[in-house]
Parts: sequence; C-alpha cells; structure tokens
Amino acid sequence: MQTHMKISTSLIASAWLLAAPANGAVKVFACEPEWANLVELTAGDLASVYQASTAMQDPHRIEARPSLIAQMRRAQLVICTGADLEVGWLPLLMQSAGNRDVYAGSPRFIAAAELVSRLEVPTTVDRAAGDIHPGGNPHVHLDPHKLAEIAQAVAERLAIIDAANAEEYRARYAAFAQSWRDAIAGWETKAQPLRGMRIVPYHKDTVYLAHWLGLVEVMNIEPKPGLPPSAAHLAGLVDLLVAAPVDAVTRSAYQDPKPMNWLRAQTGVPTVELPYTVGGAPDVDDLYALFDVTIDRLLEARGRHDGD
Amino acid sequence: MKRVSSVALATLLQLPLGVAADEADELRAEIALLKADYTARIEQLESRLTAMESATGAAASTPPPRGNNALNPAISLILEGTYRALDANPDNYRIDGFVPAEEAVGPEARSATLGESELTISANIDPYFSGYFVAAFDAEGGAEVEEANITHVGLVPGATTKFGRFLSGFGYQNEIHAHAWDFVDAPLVHQAFFGGALSEDGLQVRWLAPTSLFLEFGLETGLGDRFPGSARNRNRPNSFAAFAHLGGDLGVSSSYRFGTSYRATNAFDRAYLDQDAVGEETVNAFTGDVRQWGVDAVWKWAPNGNSGVTNLKLQAEYIRVESDGSLVFDVDGRAIDGEFEADQSGWYAQAVYQFMPRWRVGLRYDHLDAGSVRLGQIGSGQLAAADFPVLLDHDPSRVTLMFDFSATEFSRLRLQLAEDRARRDTDDTQVMLQYVMSLGSHGAHKF
Repeated sequence: MQTHMKISTSLIASAWLLAAPANGAVKVFACEPEWANLVELTAGDLASVYQASTAMQDPHRIEARPSLIAQMRRAQLVICTGADLEVGWLPLLMQSAGNRDVYAGSPRFIAAAELVSRLEVPTTVDRAAGDIHPGGNPHVHLDPHKLAEIAQAVAERLAIIDAANAEEYRARYAAFAQSWRDAIAGWETKAQPLRGMRIVPYHKDTVYLAHWLGLVEVMNIEPKPGLPPSAAHLAGLVDLLVAAPVDAVTRSAYQDPKPMNWLRAQTGVPTVELPYTVGGAPDVDDLYALFDVTIDRLLEARGRHDGD
Repeated sequence: MKRVSSVALATLLQLPLGVAADEADELRAEIALLKADYTARIEQLESRLTAMESATGAAASTPPPRGNNALNPAISLILEGTYRALDANPDNYRIDGFVPAEEAVGPEARSATLGESELTISANIDPYFSGYFVAAFDAEGGAEVEEANITHVGLVPGATTKFGRFLSGFGYQNEIHAHAWDFVDAPLVHQAFFGGALSEDGLQVRWLAPTSLFLEFGLETGLGDRFPGSARNRNRPNSFAAFAHLGGDLGVSSSYRFGTSYRATNAFDRAYLDQDAVGEETVNAFTGDVRQWGVDAVWKWAPNGNSGVTNLKLQAEYIRVESDGSLVFDVDGRAIDGEFEADQSGWYAQAVYQFMPRWRVGLRYDHLDAGSVRLGQIGSGQLAAADFPVLLDHDPSRVTLMFDFSATEFSRLRLQLAEDRARRDTDDTQVMLQYVMSLGSHGAHKF
C-alpha cells in the first residue's frame, strides 16, 4: 500500500512537472500544423505551441484523443481553422477539457478561416451534396495572402492575452510580415508558368492555392466532398481524363494515394503529391518551405507534361 | 464559528466588487479585441480590393446564411431498424445464473423491426450553461427520455458539472448511445449487470488534471431508482459512483485510455420472475446493497494516426458485482425470507478493424461468471436449488462477428452473426441486419 501510494504520488508529481511551462511562454493549442507554424513564425519563443494533428492526418477526422483533451485543458490560446472543418472533434475536446477560457467568443479562441473571406460559400446546404461546410471552403491556408491577414490577427490576440509583451508581438509580426511579403513576391514570379494549369485534386482542399496561382480545378477525384471514390467512379474519371487531358492529378499528403496512382497507371496523367501543410513532405518544415515545395512540384509536373 | 461566518460574509461582500473588476477587465479585453479585429478587417478589405484589381478570377464571398433560426439548437435524428433471424424464441431470453433485470434484455422481436428513433437537441443556454436532450421513440409510439441534462464548465479550472438525467460514466461503453456502438447490441455484462445501460437522475462532477497525461476523475450521485437499484421513496440519493480515467498517446499511430469505476446502490423489494421446483411461477424479491467494480481499456491504432483508410480499435471491460442482502421467495404465496449473497463477474473484449475506407469487420467475445450465489433458504433446507432455476450455476458466453459498411459517416449498414449461450439449455444462433442513419447536425464521436 505504502509503495503504491509512493508510486502514484511520484506519477502525479512527474505529470505535474511535465505540465509546467518551459518559461513564461503562452501555451498555444493549434489544431493543424499550419497554425502551429504560423504562431511559431510570428511569436517565436513567446509561445509554446502544441500541434494537435500532423500533415499525414485528415483534419476533418481527427480522433478526440485523451492526449488532445489534456492539452486543451492547459491551453491559454487555441487556434483552429474553424468554418466547421473540425466539427467532428473540436467540440468534443472543448466539452471534455473543462477550460472555458478558450471557448469560441473569447479572445483566447481563434477560428483562422473565419477571419478571412472564404470561397465556395454554399447558398443551400444539403448533405446530399456530400460533406458541405456551410461557412464556405475552410482550407484557406494555401493562399499566403490570407495567411498574412491571419498572422496579424494572431499577433493582435497574443498582444491582448499577454499584454506585457504586446509591443514585442507587434514587432515580431512586423518582421514576419515583411519577409512574408518578399516571399510571396518571389513565389508569384516563380509560379507564373502555372497560370491556367489544369489540375484534378483529390479533395477540394487546394481551392485557395488554385485561386491564388490561377490554376484551373477541372474536377475532383472524390465524387462529392468527403466521399471516397468508388471503382465505378474512378473508371468514369479515366474516360473523362482520356477525353479531355489535364496537366496533373494531385493529392494531399494525408489522402489515400491509391486512387491517384491508379489513374496515372490507367491514363499516364502526371501526378503530384502536394505537401498540403507543414510536415507534408520531408523538407517542408515551415510555411515558407510549404509554398516553395508546392510550387516546385507543380512546376515539375507542368514541365514534364509540356515536355511530352 | 463567529470568525468563520464573518469571513464568509466578507467573502460574500467582496464578491460583487471582484466581479465588477473582472467585468472591467473583460470589457477592456473585448474592446481591444474589437479594435484588433476591426483593424485586421480594414486591412483585409484593402488587400482584397487590391487583389480584385489585379486578379481576373472572381472571389465569391458571402456571409454564412443567417435568419430567424440562427439561434435554434442543434438537432439530429437517428433512424434505426433491424432484421433478426433467431434460432431461439426471443420471448424467453434469459441470462441464466443471474438475477434478471426488470428491463428487457436480449434481442428484440424476430424479423424486420423498427428500432428506436433517437432525437437529440442541444444548445448553449446562456454563457454559463448548455443543455442536452435525447429522446428515444420506440416502434409502438412510446417515448423515453434517455438524457436531459445541463452542463456547466469551469466551476474550478478543469471541472465539468452535469445534472439532470445522463448516462453514467461507469466504464467505457455505458456513456455511448446505441447508434454509435460497434455492434447491434450491448455487451452481456451491460445487459446482466446494468439492465442495458446505467442511466442516472442526479449530479455528475468531473475534474481533469492540468497534466499532459490525460488524468480525469469523476463522481456521481443520483436517484438510483433503476436496476440494479430500485425506487426508494427517500429524501437522500440512492446511488453513488466514482471513476478515474488515464489516457495518452503511444507514438503518433496509437492512443489509449484506461478506466476504473465503482458504483454502490441499494435495492428494496426488487422483484423478478422465476419458477419453483414443480414449475409454478413465483415472484421473488431482493432487498440489499449492490456494489459494482469495473476496469476498462480502449486502444486505437491508425497508420500515422490517420484513420481514414485503415484503423483498429480494441476495447475490453471487466465488471464485478457483489450483492448483499435478503431475498423473499414467492412474495405473493409462501413468502419465505432468507439471506442472499452473490459475488459475480463478467467481461467482454472486442476488436473492430477498418480494412478499407467505409468497410469494417469486428469480433467480440462475451463471458459471464455466475460465481458464488448463497441463498439462506437453501442453506436452512427450507427450499432446494431447483426452486431458483434462474440462479442455477451457469457461465453464459457469446461470440459475435460483424461487418459494416458506412457510405458516409452519417449512414451505416451492418450484418451481425452471433452464437449466444446466455441460456443454460439453448444455443441461440442469431443473424441481424441493421441500418443506422443520422440526419441533421454533425455529431462528434467520443474517443
């Protein structure tokens, strides 16, 4: 009994130690890798960021795991995509964590996609059309202009909740904004040849990228948002791809590679694996690298196709 | 005493001041927030303007639809139905070796039957409370309130308080509504020891420790008027439960949760039907304490933690029940009183594997151990074991295999095959075909 008590006390004590913040940094819970990195890029060591999901995980379907609930309990700022992307798991984390400081409506909760204008806002919402987001397409982070807007809002929120460092957040944001503007200019120049490139993404998660770079999304591998393609649907896609060839079929890191690979085998269409977010490819360790690699891979596919 | 009350008074008096200061802080924060969002908004509009000037593509952006129903609660409806082909007559389903629950257990009628239609309505009530209501409508038109509770979060950091009617936090599966189960029916332990599910009219408090390890503690108390308890007509609550959960991740691909639970309740004249040694129907009644212990474990795996293509879920629970009191044999006739002591247990383990998108296969094994049952009437020689046929020693078991197909997360079709040995003398081969459809707002799925 004595030893049991000892063990459990030391267990609790070590758990407490783990829980203690590294320094006075604001504890940030980021639903997706893009927001985790955006906070890191703008706030640096003033924030200690917990990233709730990886680029290999479908952000629509994250398990509301005990570890996430425990992190939500400790969070001082929560940043998620919002616009119903996390409707299947975020509400559960919120309900179970007992931390009402970070509820929607508080300065400590940021729904990033809801800070910017969204594409594809449906006029009617009906599940017969698949997994529709009533607030519009939530995958806003693949437009770097929108990321810049969100970064500013994040900096302002951090300045509110950690008022002592307010000026530092603004200064760091300003430095980030400058370098980000330069990077955007570079990407836009480099991506000029991508204008008009006809692509078939797996899911409607590259709409903002296409809109930004002038890519043309012909259709999707999914028959409807959120529905995995059946064999019959894929066979139909082959006919369409043969009748009207496209420049590339794409998928994001977290999506099943089989349908895309099968289409390539059947039609010879170039395929591109897009990192989608930070961590989605071996060398994509921040948002800068995300756009570098995304544009490089698209250019490569375009070049390959033009060279045919 | 005086000091205590003056301290309390001072605290009370200070409270409004504290609240006012808090409110001022909150207001300042809100103003700052408004300012920040406003500035961001203007810059955003400016950048959109420049973007529009440069881009040829039209960026559609309209606010989400709003109307008079913008404040309506979230509503969802579950439609369920099952076709059953059963070897044995479901009307005489029993779990032999155990005092039967008053609630119906075992499979419902043969052939195609409409299951319970489950209506869920939930919303925030105000900034402090949220409400949750689940009603189940059966095929005959009867309705039952499954849950109707109010939740408050943050009484102290990490605390969640729930009151009203709710599903008890005992074990793992008990809190999950039938439509989200991985099999058509509940595990045998839940049927034998809970009469299906433990539902509580009362109060639940949970507290989550501020640790990176998931560590949660819960207490419940309530009316305890249903099996294994009974209505008591007393002012004080008749059930008490406590549970603790521990969970975390093992690498990026798997995660787990362990739990342990305890519940104590008391029954008064809780009646059940049986037969005596010559086959005459008898009504017997138990009065006494019922204590239940449980341990549960869940482990989930998906490659890289991405459950979309393949994933595996393992789940097991063990429950032990001690009943201690007296039993009246043949209440309406001979009314022979005697001591009653039982120490029984049971467990189940199941695995559900999604082998490709939409398709899952599952296997479950149930086992109950009738353990020791001591009846005073038999010890004294007044009656024989044959006068309590339901309690004759028998260890029920069941093997269940299921396949399901979910076109989307809102629709599920399931085939289930089972070999059920709940009855002492009959093996029941069961084939079930079930649909579970959900309409309306998007439900979140508990770990």
